[in-house]
Amino acid sequence: MRQFIIRRTVYAIITLLILSLTIFLVVRLTGDPVTLLAEPGARPEDLARVRVEWGLDRPLPVQYLSFLENILTGKLGNSFNYEMPVSTLYFQRLPNSLELALAASLISFVIGIPAGLISAVRVNGAWDNFGKIVALLGLSVPGFWLGLVLILVFSVWLGWLPTSGQGDWCNLIMPALALGWYFAASLLRLTRSSMLEVLRSEYIKLARLKGLPGVVVIGMHAFKNALIPVITLAGVNLVIMVNAAVIIEVIFAWPGIGRLLYEGIFQRDFPLVQGIVLLAGMMIVAINLVIDIVYAWIDPRIRLAR
Amino acid sequence: MAQLLRVSDLRTHYFSFGGARVVKAVDGISFTLNEGETIGLVGESGCGKTTTCLSVVGLLPPAARIVGGGIEFAGEELTTKRPREMRRIRGRRIAMILQDPMASLNPLFSIYTQVAEPAFYHLGTRGRSLRQRVQELLRAVRISSPTVRMREYPHQMSGGMRQRVVGAIAMAGGPKLIIADEPTTNLDVTIQAQYLDVLKEIQQASGVALIFVTHNLGIVAKMCDKMAVMYAGKIVEQGAVRDLFRAAKHPYTQALLGSMPKLGTKEPLYAIPGQPPNLAQLPSGCAFHPRCARAMTQCQTQQPDDRRIAENWVAKCWLVDHQAKEQYVSAIA
Amino acid sequence: MTTTDEIATATAAAPVPAAQEFFTPRGTGWRWVRELPLVPLAILVPFILIAILANFIAPYDPTEPIPGAKIFEPPFWMQGGSTRALLGTDFQARDVLSRLIFGARVSLIVGVVGTIVAGSLGTALGILSGYLGGWVDQLIMRVTDAWLALPALVFAIFLATVVGPSMWNIIIILGLVYWTRYTRVIRGEVLSLREREFVKLAEIAGGSRTRIILRHILPNVMNSAMVLASLTIGVVIIAEASLSFLGIGVPAPQPAWGSMLSDGRSMMMVGDWWLTVFPGLCILLVVLATQLLGDWLRVRLDPQLRNM
Repeated sequence: MRQFIIRRTVYAIITLLILSLTIFLVVRLTGDPVTLLAEPGARPEDLARVRVEWGLDRPLPVQYLSFLENILTGKLGNSFNYEMPVSTLYFQRLPNSLELALAASLISFVIGIPAGLISAVRVNGAWDNFGKIVALLGLSVPGFWLGLVLILVFSVWLGWLPTSGQGDWCNLIMPALALGWYFAASLLRLTRSSMLEVLRSEYIKLARLKGLPGVVVIGMHAFKNALIPVITLAGVNLVIMVNAAVIIEVIFAWPGIGRLLYEGIFQRDFPLVQGIVLLAGMMIVAINLVIDIVYAWIDPRIRLAR
Repeated sequence: MAQLLRVSDLRTHYFSFGGARVVKAVDGISFTLNEGETIGLVGESGCGKTTTCLSVVGLLPPAARIVGGGIEFAGEELTTKRPREMRRIRGRRIAMILQDPMASLNPLFSIYTQVAEPAFYHLGTRGRSLRQRVQELLRAVRISSPTVRMREYPHQMSGGMRQRVVGAIAMAGGPKLIIADEPTTNLDVTIQAQYLDVLKEIQQASGVALIFVTHNLGIVAKMCDKMAVMYAGKIVEQGAVRDLFRAAKHPYTQALLGSMPKLGTKEPLYAIPGQPPNLAQLPSGCAFHPRCARAMTQCQTQQPDDRRIAENWVAKCWLVDHQAKEQYVSAIA
Repeated sequence: MTTTDEIATATAAAPVPAAQEFFTPRGTGWRWVRELPLVPLAILVPFILIAILANFIAPYDPTEPIPGAKIFEPPFWMQGGSTRALLGTDFQARDVLSRLIFGARVSLIVGVVGTIVAGSLGTALGILSGYLGGWVDQLIMRVTDAWLALPALVFAIFLATVVGPSMWNIIIILGLVYWTRYTRVIRGEVLSLREREFVKLAEIAGGSRTRIILRHILPNVMNSAMVLASLTIGVVIIAEASLSFLGIGVPAPQPAWGSMLSDGRSMMMVGDWWLTVFPGLCILLVVLATQLLGDWLRVRLDPQLRNM
């Protein structure tokens, strides 16, 4: 297992380097970076000052090294608008996005995984066909449109739920549903195909031959094996949701990272945008590494290898 | 010895395309097995051996159904049992060993868990007596240091050891009958002999009856008391192993025996010409006649039923009648 | 066996390239029509026609207000609506129907061309990665993994912020964001193709690497590439709509379904629903149709891909 962890960690570091390099190059190589890095409405003297501050006249590799140095020491620049460090803003909003993402994940688990399991166990039955339709809709209905429709129906027409903002569970349910919808569909598909494959395996046949109760065969043997890829996906989804729920947060005025990103775009607050993208990338890579390690611990084939 | 299993005229068919296509995988087979006996079920791939086994344990795939005949086990009729009742029999009174040892074991559970399961669910054994039982079972299949081994996982063991674990699982419920479906086919040749010894030991120690499915006649010679040769869903000859090996009456059995490589001779290997028939489109008359060197006109039109050769020896072949007639004629001449 | 026999056998064993298999009609005459997937085509063909013929079908100029109309007029079957603007008007009194029609053009062009860009780039890199191996493979795979780690929308937003929005910029951006989805799959296929007999024969016969790639490898990965493309075109369309919604997609006043959704938000609160429902429905229908088409293609082109 140790070799596995070391290898994955090295990969993670390489990934982070490539990501930072990409972001760095995109900014530097597409037109004059000064226009992005200076506040809107800057005068020529300001532009010159920014150029010196950001070291834009130095050769690229040197710039990249100081860029990396800044990232590693947590100095991701200050937001123009808020006049605060970007990282502070990011971590301030993080719990809100996390709350939304957890709620959405919960919804997607509760809908997706059991539906996928039942579809596989009663394959081609009525439930399976229903599940296939749900999966299809989940992939075709844009989440943000679902959010708008939900607001229209439940807030405007029926008046049951508040339209926006963060508060108690009433505020949470619509955005969580809109966000989790797509992931419920993809979890359903994955659970179903994973379970089908497991049910076809020889060891399930042997479990039945042992005369084990059906519940045990499915609930214990099949379930655990089928869930491995599903859990990986679920974990990955959660992290994506935290960072990429931009439109949902905008629609529901949810004070999370996505909304922060939108503000950055809207107000041409480039350091904020760049900082969020960097932090999002770093967080995702870090969490993926953690998931890999958890996965390694669950699967004895990896845990007990050298 | 009491009679343990009696299969009478069993017919299991596969239905596909909404019933339009019927494959008669097992078409009227009958055999008996006494307690402690071993019967070898022999034949080429696709002749119906595995379907017979699945019919006995009641685990046919959804496309297959037992359409006729009976399976009597220890006085009870299995074909009319409800699924829940069959589940109680499976693993407890009838156990099965499958062909691929790696695929048979769940990679995520320890050896202990998998061997303990039948005893846990069928016998209600718990705690320390369960642990002791697992160790006993592992020792019986000649796995050394069972306390260490039982904490391991399947991927940490060799193929031969895994197959022995599968054997231990089969014994865990204390069955009276074990069905072994080609258990050595996926093993190294060198390991095969060891495994067969282990199986024999278990059998002698516990008196369990064994149905041994194989296409390897050498194994039949070593392990079995009697044998049933299957072809195209029917048993074409069955009797004591010694009788058949010495003087098999059905041309298919003779061909199988003739195609066994023999040490010490330089005869060319004899292969049976032709291919096993498509079970959905069987030839008329005797299913073997297109490949039979001694086929007569009668064989093309009339399916032979069991012709008795001796007390426990029958073959489905018209030649048996002819030979009997010749013997009679020469006896009175 | 002579070499010609070996070559003949090996060629016979080579998989049939997608285009050939797809367009060979089974049986004679028009029977292949019955094998076409009717539902997705019934949705997509009208949309495609509408997009192509937009200039002729749309009643008004989508960027200009209808003369004499009020803003936020409802559809004609509701009170306050009229047949002058069948589906109502938006916040600048522009005709919703015309904007929907021209919006189809935007969505379809961005979706199709963006997918082609992403697919070509991803397939090419996948082939290079799989066939050439070595440091090329490592480099491409590391970049693929890195870019896959970043959520597509976030990446797209970043790129759009840097280069500025325009339809063609968006197409390129989406191509850059989504090519990574193809690379891994294609690479895997190429790795197994490389070991097949007909490729080895070509290598022994001394073909140049470019020639082998173009003649043997490329046609055989087209199946997977096409299936992947049909399954991800929906994602690209939704991505464009998302970017337009946020204001960094196709810029105003050019009509796009995503920006129409954004326009409708303020009036949604007082119950004027048409600017919200209609564009979303269009997106839903087109994406649904492409998904169904993709599923059909997947089953038709290669039964082995059924697990994708």
